[in-house]
Amino acid sequence: MRFISAVHSEFAKILTVRMWWVLLIVLVAYVAFTAGILAAVFGGFGDKMVASGGTVPKIPDAALPPLIYSVASSIGYVFPVLFGTLSTTTEFRHQTLTPTFLSQPHRGTVLSAKLVVLAVVGAIYGIAALVASVGFGAVLLSATGHGTGLESSETWALLARVVMAMALWAVIGVGLGALIPSQAAAIVIVLAFTQFLEPILRLVASFWEWTAGVGKFLPGAASDALVGSSVFTSLGGMSGETQTLDWWQGGVVLLSMAVIAAAIGYLTTWRKDVT
Amino acid sequence: MSTRTTIECEGLSKNFGPVRAVHDLSFSVKPGLVTGFLGPNGAGKTTTLRMLLGLVRPTRGTASFGGVAYKDLPHPLATVGTALEASSFHPGRSARDHLWVYAIAARIDRTRIDIVLEQVGLTESAERKVGGYSLGMRQRLGLAFALMGNPGVLVLDEPVNGLDPEGIKWIRSLLRELASEGRTVLISSHLLSEVQQSVDQIIIISHGELVYDGGLSGLDVAQRTIVDAPNRLALTAALTAAGANIASLSSGLAIAGMTSVQVGEIALKAGVALSHLATEHEGLEKAFLDLVGEGGKP
Repeated sequence: MRFISAVHSEFAKILTVRMWWVLLIVLVAYVAFTAGILAAVFGGFGDKMVASGGTVPKIPDAALPPLIYSVASSIGYVFPVLFGTLSTTTEFRHQTLTPTFLSQPHRGTVLSAKLVVLAVVGAIYGIAALVASVGFGAVLLSATGHGTGLESSETWALLARVVMAMALWAVIGVGLGALIPSQAAAIVIVLAFTQFLEPILRLVASFWEWTAGVGKFLPGAASDALVGSSVFTSLGGMSGETQTLDWWQGGVVLLSMAVIAAAIGYLTTWRKDVT
Repeated sequence: MSTRTTIECEGLSKNFGPVRAVHDLSFSVKPGLVTGFLGPNGAGKTTTLRMLLGLVRPTRGTASFGGVAYKDLPHPLATVGTALEASSFHPGRSARDHLWVYAIAARIDRTRIDIVLEQVGLTESAERKVGGYSLGMRQRLGLAFALMGNPGVLVLDEPVNGLDPEGIKWIRSLLRELASEGRTVLISSHLLSEVQQSVDQIIIISHGELVYDGGLSGLDVAQRTIVDAPNRLALTAALTAAGANIASLSSGLAIAGMTSVQVGEIALKAGVALSHLATEHEGLEKAFLDLVGEGGKP
């Protein structure tokens, strides 16, 4: 009962501030744009360029739909992780932990409620991002004479795993926010790591076999493994050595990161004096 | 409203690293009265209130409401209503939504929101984002949050701060009304004059330690005698010989701890003609400042 009230309250917090739909709109636009570009390049224009003697990475037809649809998470995952982080750091920034802990003094209950709520929000972000990537992608693929893959149950399983990945990323964000309560610092770290540092690490790690064994545990790599396809792994796969985890291992890596971040955040900043 | 509840503090202490913010503080706050919690800025008032509410963990000691620690209250907001000084609002959320979010968490009936918004006079601005609120409006919203659970205990940190004269008048009568309904009302302030018209009891702390706990009247004991003579040197010598505690003023000598009769007799015996002799009541504010001044103890 207490937990349900806490969950309900956390939903109310999100719905009463406009951040959730601002980020959602940007996510959908970004994913739609990227999926559209990829479908156009590898679909229509790619065929034409090959016909006219140009070089375009050759991707088998069957791999195209998953590659394009999974843009929802391979590109879009930064949005749920950012939103999850903000949902925690905003409490520190605006000192709303005071009324929060006054109305629910059991701090662990509040943090668990946040994790649950953000998992749901992350899943919703995932569904919205899929509407964008599948919507644009499928239309462009079929317009250029490629299969959409939507008749295959494998494609739908992939879409479900995209939703799962997005939910886990939002939960990771909550833990990160509890670990790094400074909102500005948390945003910079999330963006720098996901947009810059990790892509480089993944690329460098793929140079040698032993580093690739480590690199596959990087969060973005684990996320792509969970989903089962990504523009990164597809392109990387042609250039050299890659290793990926099984999809369920990727899920376990993400879940572990979420749990560890939340647990350390709880033990450090979340239980601290609220002054 | 829950039954009459007493706030109890037992040996409450808090160290922030090497800094001793609150030391061995014990007091109780009774229902049906408005109790002023006073001390200069930095005396440890806010830290003490936050320890009462489970927001700050005491280094030692306990705090309870009717014997139950805040975090163990089954219905915290319906037992203790709190308005703390820091404006803890998300600027992008409306006042009504702010109250709604916490009403849900505390399982308080939604109908209470309109009632308390009306009570603090924010009905008109309830849909506006709190980011655009004035300090006075934020104080009112903080108070609405405190009243939302219709609690038997109210803990208000500097509630008068930022209110206009009309608002101050309003909050004074509200506090009186709440106490007369049998509620326990604790309000903090760094100015005695700010609350002296609305409180029945006062607790004064300085440098984190208790320096006074009792009625207002008990504080007004400080008085001194002002005396002067054309021959001030002779007067000073006579009073010094009589063991008086003398402070030199431009307008004469201030004698603490002696009545005007005693001072007059000393002067008569010494044959010093007086030009001025009067009793001066130093007032509550002076008594307060003496208590909390340098050294902290009377």
